[in-house]
Amino acid sequence: MIKGTVIIDRDICKGCELCIVACPQESLGLSKQININGYRFAELVQDNCTGCVNCAIVCPDVAITVYRQPKSALKKAV
Amino acid sequence: MDVPTTLNGYELIYKKPSTLTEKPFHYCPGCGHSVVHRLLMEVVEEMGIQEQTVGVAPVGCSVFAYDYMDIDMQEAAHGRATAVATGIKRILPDKFVFSYQGDGDLAAIGTAETIHAVNRGENILMIFINNAIYGMTGGQMAPTTLLNQVTSTSPYGRNKEAMGYPIKITELLAQLPGAYYVSRHAVYTVNAVRKLKKAIEKSFAYQKLNRGTCFIEVVSNCPSGWKMTPVESNKWLEANMFPQYPLGDIKIPKD
Ligand SMILES: Cc1ncc(C[n+]2csc(CCOP(=O)(O)OP(=O)(O)O)c2C)c(N)n1
Ligand code: SF4
Ligand code: SF4
Ligand code: SF4
Ligand SMILES: [Mg+2]
Repeated sequence: MIKGTVIIDRDICKGCELCIVACPQESLGLSKQININGYRFAELVQDNCTGCVNCAIVCPDVAITVYRQPKSALKKAV
Repeated sequence: MDVPTTLNGYELIYKKPSTLTEKPFHYCPGCGHSVVHRLLMEVVEEMGIQEQTVGVAPVGCSVFAYDYMDIDMQEAAHGRATAVATGIKRILPDKFVFSYQGDGDLAAIGTAETIHAVNRGENILMIFINNAIYGMTGGQMAPTTLLNQVTSTSPYGRNKEAMGYPIKITELLAQLPGAYYVSRHAVYTVNAVRKLKKAIEKSFAYQKLNRGTCFIEVVSNCPSGWKMTPVESNKWLEANMFPQYPLGDIKIPKD
């Protein structure tokens, strides 16, 4: 499977959890810490993100940037 | 903000559109308004029409829409966004013009302007955010509030004898000959967001062809006014809003 990863802007995130519910991989969870606005923020809790972009599509605050392995890398792995 | 295009050999596949400003949204956590702002700006970016697009902002929680969308925008008095958008489009017919309004703005104080703009077939895109409540002013009952829905001005639930029925303004407008494309959407799931984006793209394409009014309702949430978490609000929306306001196309072009 293609691997991906997300960068979440912790200070923009409002901890709404919509990305957590939308992630098919259960890759995301809420932090124990709080951000500058007092919100717990979303963060990767497992290294199994596939870069499907679902979390970014539903994030109201556009806090998520998504990266994915190039398809060529997958071919090499097979 | 410049985002690196690669990260440890991974390619960038999603970033915030460049047509949104750097300003963080002021909306409550989980509010659908921000998703719709972003989709509009994604479409504007992808169509390369940032310089040609003019938006009209309402009064309501989205009153500061112009702070976030990096395009030309005009603020309208409460309810009058479609009248203002009419003027802009008639003076500048080559621009892509959209209005953006809540249910209190579009279907209460602005009902007359809304109906007549559609009836004239103004060649604009109207975006209607229906969260069944006046979000900005403290969660008062709106014309779109559901029967039995508790709001700050219907504390025992909306009762039809005293307060009438939730208005399906979108179905009403679809009957007018000026309405070219009328569709109801939501932003509560990934698929719903993708479909709404397609509807916005179509509407701008129709506008370019001078086809008449395109009207998109977004059945949205108001976690603060509804007194729910964002996740709960999306479940409530699915269970309660969709039976009254079913998603899908209401009027599609014949040609
Ligand atoms: C002429 C006038 N009347 C009343 C108000 C008070 N007011 C501000 S926003 C609003 C309703 C907002 O509800 P809606 O349009 O549904 O937007 P939301 O905040 O839910 O997105 C009202 C009644 C006003 N600003 N101006
Ligand atoms: S990109 Fe997909 S798999 Fe990765 S965190 Fe987001 S939703 Fe989960
Ligand atoms: S959807 Fe966005 S704002 Fe909400 S918790 Fe996830 S990253 Fe934060
Ligand atoms: S009050 Fe409701 S509509 Fe307004 S920003 Fe908050 S959640 Fe959104
Ligand atoms: Mg409203």
